[in-house]
Amino acid sequence: MSLFYFVALLSIFFALMVIFAKNPVHSVLYLIITFFTFTIHYILLNAQFLAVVNFIVYMGAILVLFLHVLMYMNLNNEGSEMKSMLMKVSGLIAGMCLLVTLVGSMKTLAVSDPVNLQDADLGLVKNLGKVLFSEFLLPFEVSSILLLSAMVGAVLLAKKEPKSI
Amino acid sequence: MELAFVIEKFVLITVVFVLTLLVAMYSTLAERKIAGFLQDRVGPNRAGPFGILQPLADGAKMFFKEEIIPTESNRFLFIAGPSLAILTACIGSAVIPWGQKLTFGDYVVDLQVTDINVGILYIFGVVSLGVYGVMIGGWASNNKFSLMGAIRAASQNISYEIPMGLSIIALLMVTGTLSLKEISEQQSGFVNWNIWYQPLGFLIFLICAFAETNRTPFDLPECETELVGGYHTEYSSMKLGFYLFAEYINMFVSSAVMATLYFGGYNFPFMYDLGLSENWITIIGVIMLFAKIFFFIFFFMWVRWTIPRFRYDQLMNLGWKVLIPLAIANIVLTGIVITVKDLL
Amino acid sequence: MESLSNRKKVLEQAPMNFWERIYLPAIFKGMAITFMHMFKKKETIFYPEVEREFSENWRGMHSLKRDENGRERCTACGLCALSCPAEAITMISAERKKGEEDLYREEKYAAVYEINMLRCIFCGLCEEACPKEAIYLDGPIVPADYLRKDFIYGKDKLVEAPLN
Repeated sequence: MSLFYFVALLSIFFALMVIFAKNPVHSVLYLIITFFTFTIHYILLNAQFLAVVNFIVYMGAILVLFLHVLMYMNLNNEGSEMKSMLMKVSGLIAGMCLLVTLVGSMKTLAVSDPVNLQDADLGLVKNLGKVLFSEFLLPFEVSSILLLSAMVGAVLLAKKEPKSI
Repeated sequence: MELAFVIEKFVLITVVFVLTLLVAMYSTLAERKIAGFLQDRVGPNRAGPFGILQPLADGAKMFFKEEIIPTESNRFLFIAGPSLAILTACIGSAVIPWGQKLTFGDYVVDLQVTDINVGILYIFGVVSLGVYGVMIGGWASNNKFSLMGAIRAASQNISYEIPMGLSIIALLMVTGTLSLKEISEQQSGFVNWNIWYQPLGFLIFLICAFAETNRTPFDLPECETELVGGYHTEYSSMKLGFYLFAEYINMFVSSAVMATLYFGGYNFPFMYDLGLSENWITIIGVIMLFAKIFFFIFFFMWVRWTIPRFRYDQLMNLGWKVLIPLAIANIVLTGIVITVKDLL
Repeated sequence: MESLSNRKKVLEQAPMNFWERIYLPAIFKGMAITFMHMFKKKETIFYPEVEREFSENWRGMHSLKRDENGRERCTACGLCALSCPAEAITMISAERKKGEEDLYREEKYAAVYEINMLRCIFCGLCEEACPKEAIYLDGPIVPADYLRKDFIYGKDKLVEAPLN
């Protein structure tokens, strides 16, 4: 239990560092550490599969791409003084809206006991696969279609327009 | 019991770690020797008989070299890069089953550090983390060539992880488990080796392993002809040594993974027909696994000194337009075969 | 255009067939070739223990010759320094004193004779320019050293050993 609070403290700390870091590359690196603490959370919940998938997909692929894109952009020179007042105000309003939504949704949620699972072995691959392909088959397939359509959309966006229009 | 367990695992981890470093150390010598032999030379032969002390000499040289950290670099990340590279390289060997059980009286030692039930995925994850060492080091050097090397490493690793994962999926459909221990046990004897069921998958996995370990013909992140030294242009002393060493450790681990996944791991032909006691089978099994690993390490080097480097667009074409469709076709084919087999 | 020499050949490149396009047979062929080289005779010469035989017209380190009586042949005429394209040779001449007839053959001799081995390109023009047949490039390879000043070879290193 104390381990959980320690890791939770670390994840919140590094998540805050993501926001407060001046250099965007440092932000991404803190984000990587944050995701690593999430992996530890999953392991603490005995969800080995989710832990490893979080490890591979988020840490190993998505954040590598983040870092990859950031490296292309020359963000080393500080350009923060260029932001206009309008940007700041709209950012503030958007952030506040998000906060209100989050707090509202938190209030409606029932408080659950996060550490005591009903079925401790649910996170193992076999049980997870069985549940995924029987009980939650429809949402699983729908989400795969969602991902496919997103992929097709990305390809369409990336494809060059034919010149003869 | 608890103490004995801790001591057993500690000894096992130490042995695996030392073995990994030893193999990586002598891989550097083997690389130069093999390069020499393939080019009608003899390779290093001055330090000790046949040059067997050469790795020690190289290591000593690396330690005593001047350490240069560029003033414009990010100091912390500059040091973190090679550390991360060697860390991720070393932790990969934790889930590989090195052998069956050894029995001392009534105490049984399992020759595997840990058997988590997502073993393959763990290795896959560790491999995908390996690129961070290169990327962070390349970015922190604050050098255009290093940055180019880092970007190349990132896009290459991302691109080749996909066909690698797809080829593993086809393998998993055959084995039905993610645990490396169970996969090894399924392949007892010779005819059960996964290579006979998944030849295409193995080929894809092999090519991707070359790309993930940054070995020639896919060593574009450190391509000397275009990028000076690639991501380690600015590195000197033991930090450079760590990068080079990490490559050899990666090679060792991926050889072990290939041997375990496709070539039966510690299994060897007629292992139960010779009338050997269980401990002897285990010991010979460990030796056989290492023989397979050494063959793959030799193969890595053999390819390096035969095939020229790819061009970058060729690399991307191979990854996205050849290997991914092939891997998907392999999955579909495996699925059809399994279904037909179940129906019959 | 019409070929004038009639030796022009048009190279016809057939499109690659399936096996050529998947490259694997070519890769295996190449790997077989490199593998066979592992068992070929090694061309390495183990240098300090075994030395390669030099060819007849090999040009190595310079040596300043003596005549049949053991006297230095060089007369410090400066033609070698003049002919040297790399300007590696310098010398200071001196007049032969009485009683030194068995040391120097001519009345004028080189008191200081220096060749900078870092500048020398071993072209052999000094050898050809010398009217007294005093300098020849018949030595071994010039050895490596640590300091630049150690590459300026004086008479102590250049002059042949005395006869007896």
